[in-house]
Amino acid sequence: MNITLWGTRGSLATPGPECVYYGGNTSCVQVTGADGSVLVLDAGTGIRRLGLALPRELERVDILLTHLHMDHLQGLGFFLPLRKPNVRVHIWGPASTTLHLHARLSRYFSPPLFPIFLRDVEAQLTLHEVPRGPIEIGAFQITAALVCHPDPTVGFRIQENDAVVTFLPDHEPALGTRKFPIAPEWTSGYALARDADLLIHDAQYTDAEYVSRVGWGHSAIKDALAFAQLAQVKHLVPFHHDPSHSDQELDELYAQLLEEMQLAFPVTPGKEGAQFEL
Amino acid sequence: MAQKEIEIILARHLGSYLSTPIFIVDPDGNLLYFNESAEKILGRRFEETGEMPLAEWGTIFQPMDQDGTPLSSDKLPLVVTLLTQRPAHGSFWIRGLDNVMRYIVVNAYPLIGQAERYLGAVAMFWEKEQP
Repeated sequence: MNITLWGTRGSLATPGPECVYYGGNTSCVQVTGADGSVLVLDAGTGIRRLGLALPRELERVDILLTHLHMDHLQGLGFFLPLRKPNVRVHIWGPASTTLHLHARLSRYFSPPLFPIFLRDVEAQLTLHEVPRGPIEIGAFQITAALVCHPDPTVGFRIQENDAVVTFLPDHEPALGTRKFPIAPEWTSGYALARDADLLIHDAQYTDAEYVSRVGWGHSAIKDALAFAQLAQVKHLVPFHHDPSHSDQELDELYAQLLEEMQLAFPVTPGKEGAQFEL
Repeated sequence: MAQKEIEIILARHLGSYLSTPIFIVDPDGNLLYFNESAEKILGRRFEETGEMPLAEWGTIFQPMDQDGTPLSSDKLPLVVTLLTQRPAHGSFWIRGLDNVMRYIVVNAYPLIGQAERYLGAVAMFWEKEQP
């Protein structure tokens, strides 16, 4: 499978000259299978450019939403396939204890937040609340599981043949632990990430920033690295960069941490346009 | 060992910060965790007991009523909650693993996640003056 990053920023789209290298669009990743099946992970602002780049003849696309916070949803209304009547768009998102996915998405797809109603989308739209247990989409076997982040939030483990990519863009596995990491069975997200070939993981804060943001649902970069080490992944892509971190700051942060931790696997900070082949 | 459900993980993390004693079991009644405050009442550290099945923790603390009559495990509030998936309350004597008798009050409640997933139960309890 091919994995392309279309949006790597967390919390808020952050255009500007200081973010040109890593990019300013919010969470969106494309996964394309050997058979041409396309998964879109999250619908942050990066999804707009992704929509423009998809093959014109594409008949089906599946959007897997980890949760419905705005930085993971804001681009959805600008996703070109939603305006094509001949395209089947399946949107998968976490269940809530109160409202169906349709009702929650409709809050965004309605005035005053957005001028178009969800019912007016031209594509053939199907909504799914992600079930427990595996989902099969094309050649992909997908497992979703709730993870530690405010409001219902899932992570995804996506497998094609023997290749596995795990997507945990908003995740705070260190929450409540006095020293991280702890035992794997008591670690949020571990089962999704275990032995993954590629882990795309929340790495929003520096250690100093995390101290005043505990419980906000995001990881310190060092905790993301420690989580990847615990899960014995083969490659880590730190993701969901804080809007306040410039390209230069990110470069300096990772250079220092990687020198300090001497990890046994490669770490490639998420950058818009980066591609990975598994 | 398989990863615990996120709600169980968060319950443990919450418990680890509480002064209120807390005891967490899975849907089969297997003890998953008790916190430091509970250790003082149960008379042993969780690191020493580890996880244990209902058949063991239901008797190891020798629960008994005010007359000293042993209570069967199905009378314990946490076991009632496990069986009914409803909150339960009760008070009784236990003998801690430090061999000290203590009178405790227990509130048990079920952990039910999204999509009505039954994940286990939690007991919060505290020591009370002898009635």
